[in-house]
Amino acid sequence: MNQNDINNLRGKTAVVGLAESGCGMASGWSAMEIMANSVHDALDDAGIKLNEVDGVFAATAFHSMAAMSLSEYLGLKPKFADGSQIGGSSFLSHILTAALALDAGLINVAVVAYGSNQKSIGGFKTISEAMPYEAQYEPRMPVTAYALAAKRYMHEFGASREDLANVAVSARDWALLNPRAYTYDKGPLTVEDVLSARPIVDPLGKLDCCLVTDGGAAVIMTRSDRAKDTKNTPIYLLGAAMEHHHRMVSEMPDLVRTSAIDSSQRAFKMSSYKATDMDTIQLYDAFTINTLLFLEDLGFCKKGEAIELVKNNNIGPSGSLKVNTNGGGLSCVHPGMYGLFVTLEAIRQLRNSAGDNVGERSGGGWVDNAKLSVAHGNGGVLSSQVTNVWGVSETL
Amino acid sequence: MPENLKGLVGPEQQFKNYLSEGKFMIQRCKSLDKFFFHPRVAFPGTGERDLEWVEASGIGTVHSTTCNRRLLEKGGDFNLSLITLDEGPRMMARVEGTDPDKVQIGQKVIARISILNGEPAVIFDIFKDNYNEPK
Repeated sequence: MNQNDINNLRGKTAVVGLAESGCGMASGWSAMEIMANSVHDALDDAGIKLNEVDGVFAATAFHSMAAMSLSEYLGLKPKFADGSQIGGSSFLSHILTAALALDAGLINVAVVAYGSNQKSIGGFKTISEAMPYEAQYEPRMPVTAYALAAKRYMHEFGASREDLANVAVSARDWALLNPRAYTYDKGPLTVEDVLSARPIVDPLGKLDCCLVTDGGAAVIMTRSDRAKDTKNTPIYLLGAAMEHHHRMVSEMPDLVRTSAIDSSQRAFKMSSYKATDMDTIQLYDAFTINTLLFLEDLGFCKKGEAIELVKNNNIGPSGSLKVNTNGGGLSCVHPGMYGLFVTLEAIRQLRNSAGDNVGERSGGGWVDNAKLSVAHGNGGVLSSQVTNVWGVSETL
Repeated sequence: MPENLKGLVGPEQQFKNYLSEGKFMIQRCKSLDKFFFHPRVAFPGTGERDLEWVEASGIGTVHSTTCNRRLLEKGGDFNLSLITLDEGPRMMARVEGTDPDKVQIGQKVIARISILNGEPAVIFDIFKDNYNEPK
């Protein structure tokens, strides 16, 4: 087998159920309870019984051995588990691993899950160790790292804080259409709102940074032959790939070019589609700079051209690119690791178009006739990059 | 000490020991004739182990820079930058001696060893003298 044969994972597995739980504020609920509740709701959505689950995939900032703790809590004895921790993109890599394990016949039903109660217990929660050669200088991680990338991006391509702010404005416009979004009833943002928000680490202010919320999520995966018999529209994994080049921002080879260039190229190649075929684009927007970098790195425009691409609300509900249609980490939900929510939105958009009832949105909140979505996850400090391409059956 | 660990301490501790002696030392791979940072037991990516410690020139260029906002009672705003050393590698550090939000990408800086939170640390100042780019 060589690298090209990896295409034999294309369309072999599908998500047949999903759920989120405790998003926003979930006072009185533990991270495990939120995560487990998401799993049970996702199984209900799929119409699959708990005791059919034999593959468990999980990560949180609250459990160092999340897959094992979750399995125990659920009362499962999995034949395969993976709790790889590569930051917020972990779940998109779990999906790749789950697809491999399902395709190899090691397991029949996989759950990928996450839960966090960071907001209700006091704020941003991380289990990241202090970085040698960096910690001494007291960077405010992860914000400082993204600010260093943003500053360099502004320097190389002549971007302004207004260009970054355009991303936050469009994300909020999407959130205003999504009753599940934390900022659904908080009104629109203007560029001026973003620029005048409290500075955190220049050039990033508070509204350039993601929300800090509680929340959990889960997806259920099976092989495609079984997926056809479940009650929902199966959404097929057409492509998946990961890559990372650094852990510490001081080791990042190029602050304005992430390894998403590599992960997305291989994921799109596996899928046999290209970036511009995607009907919805779900990018891990922990900070406004992320959306600019990932639009470029995934191939929606050339390096430096995202500045123009996001102008005039072009990535908002009325724009030509349907980006972060739930409101994103900036305006929908961000419990510390956002990757599974990127995935949920990519799949929900496709299921809605296919006729499933996956919730209400105000006008324009659901993308018409969506058949292909890209979900892109980021972890650490622009470190781990994982791209998943999802499609309905006719895209197989 | 296990037989395969050469030297008295690992490279991280060695780096700190040098700083305590007032020396900013970085590693160089002899066979590749290349410097690297941060300190490691072998050259990153290809694994060469013929390494030596060399005193850094201390001259570098601001690659990116931020002003980290902090309450005055907790010490106030401070600069945090990535510095590309003239030898090639990049490192995180603070640039001092100017307002934390006035540091510019591309500025030449020069290292000194200072004490930060009780430990010796490489800190950079704006390099004010005329300076010829290394060839």
